[in-house]
Amino acid sequence: MYLTIDGIAKSFPHKEKGHVKVLDNISLDVEKGQFVSIVGPSGCGKSTLLYLIAGLEKADQGEIRIAGKVVTDPGPDRVVVFQQDGLFPWLTVLDNVTYGLRLKGLPKKQAEDKAREMLKMVHLSNFIDSYPHQLSGGMKQRVAIARALVMEPAILLMDEPFAALDEQTRMVLHNELLEIWQKTKVTIFFVTHNIREAVLLSEKIVVFETRPGRIKEIHSSTTMKDGIMPNDVTFHLEKQILASLQGEIEKVLKEEMGDDYIFKTNPLHRDSSGDMGSHI
Amino acid sequence: MFPSLSQVLHTLYTGIVSGQIMTAILTSMSRLLIGFTIATVLGLFLGYLIWRSKLVEDTLGFLVTALQSIPSIVWFPLAIIWFGLNDFSILFIVTIGATWTMTINATSGFKTVPRLYQQVAKTLGSSGFHFLRTVIMPASVPQLIAGLRIAWAFSWRALMAGELLGGGGGLGYLLEMGRSLGQMDLVISVMIIIGVIGTIMDNLVFLRLERSVQKKWGIS
Repeated sequence: MYLTIDGIAKSFPHKEKGHVKVLDNISLDVEKGQFVSIVGPSGCGKSTLLYLIAGLEKADQGEIRIAGKVVTDPGPDRVVVFQQDGLFPWLTVLDNVTYGLRLKGLPKKQAEDKAREMLKMVHLSNFIDSYPHQLSGGMKQRVAIARALVMEPAILLMDEPFAALDEQTRMVLHNELLEIWQKTKVTIFFVTHNIREAVLLSEKIVVFETRPGRIKEIHSSTTMKDGIMPNDVTFHLEKQILASLQGEIEKVLKEEMGDDYIFKTNPLHRDSSGDMGSHI
Repeated sequence: MFPSLSQVLHTLYTGIVSGQIMTAILTSMSRLLIGFTIATVLGLFLGYLIWRSKLVEDTLGFLVTALQSIPSIVWFPLAIIWFGLNDFSILFIVTIGATWTMTINATSGFKTVPRLYQQVAKTLGSSGFHFLRTVIMPASVPQLIAGLRIAWAFSWRALMAGELLGGGGGLGYLLEMGRSLGQMDLVISVMIIIGVIGTIMDNLVFLRLERSVQKKWGIS
């Protein structure tokens, strides 16, 4: 296995409860070149898992290995695309993309050529000398993807990269990401709360259970890798995942809004007495 | 005791032409630049220490805030005892006038660097001094410029006070000389020079610096 997540547990200190367990006994294998999505309700620890793989957080238990090597610190073999673009506002688009390459020790000329090529791939050749604030949200996220891909990472970690974008931009970027994935054959670990996005993009979909975060089920999807979009199949899968997530979402909502919350709205009229004290 | 405008302008002109005012400006500016530079470097360094360690923040950080509330001229008697009535004393209060505010601004600048930038840099492989140089410093530039501007104003005030009392050349000394000779036209000429230099520095240097950063970042 290429990426191995082995018995990971992680808890965070909490003011009232002392400790909150976010991840419990997570084990997962990802093959080289695979596109894996993690879906789950908010707060289920899916982003935490990504941060652990990135080396930005430390696990309490278990270990993560990439090609047999245990992850301890952040490193350029596991680049993250965050929800916000995180471009450095004091650098031009080109300098942002070459930042990591220069760190790798590439000469300036070579790094710039490589960055140009990558920016061409994300269709931003005309904005090489612009500053980030001159770009739209979608363009910024494209630069962020280019900045990550240009490092030729062993694995690309994406933490809800399209969540802050509008629907049209997101659709365009979905297609571009798939195109890039086919071209570069990079392994992608994709965290999202958007089920449709996960079904549309990935080969393997991991559904998370919440509090503590555990793997509930794993689906595999016939992807758009070959350019085919099996509509009925994906739709069916989407429903299936939504159904299994429903319970989890309810759990979260109950915790936030009180115990009487029910996710499914009741289509029936209440009787005239309603809740006006008759249940006491 | 009020000289006419023409008399002031005449003194200003002859003072500049004869080199009396020019040498005074040069003396003052060189003191200011040296003191200001030391204060900036020191402020950045102290700011870095406070940013890095909670212990330093609780101890040194608190002390700095306390020290900042002491006007730098208050240090002058002490400086005279330590160094004597010379250039060094003036330099000392110029430096101390700017150091604390620079430290405070640097600290808050470093502290407000978004976590996201730090995480991005770390995953791309940056660490140590490179991380400091390419992320922490540039990301806090807007704050640092604001700090420099205030630090400059503080050291400028300290310099004038020091020169007035300390002697040994400079604009402040010229002011004091004008007073003792009863030459009000000279006093007012020097005041004009002081005002002009202050305005030039603030408007042409710091404001411009601030604007160009804001434009580059797309803040305004």
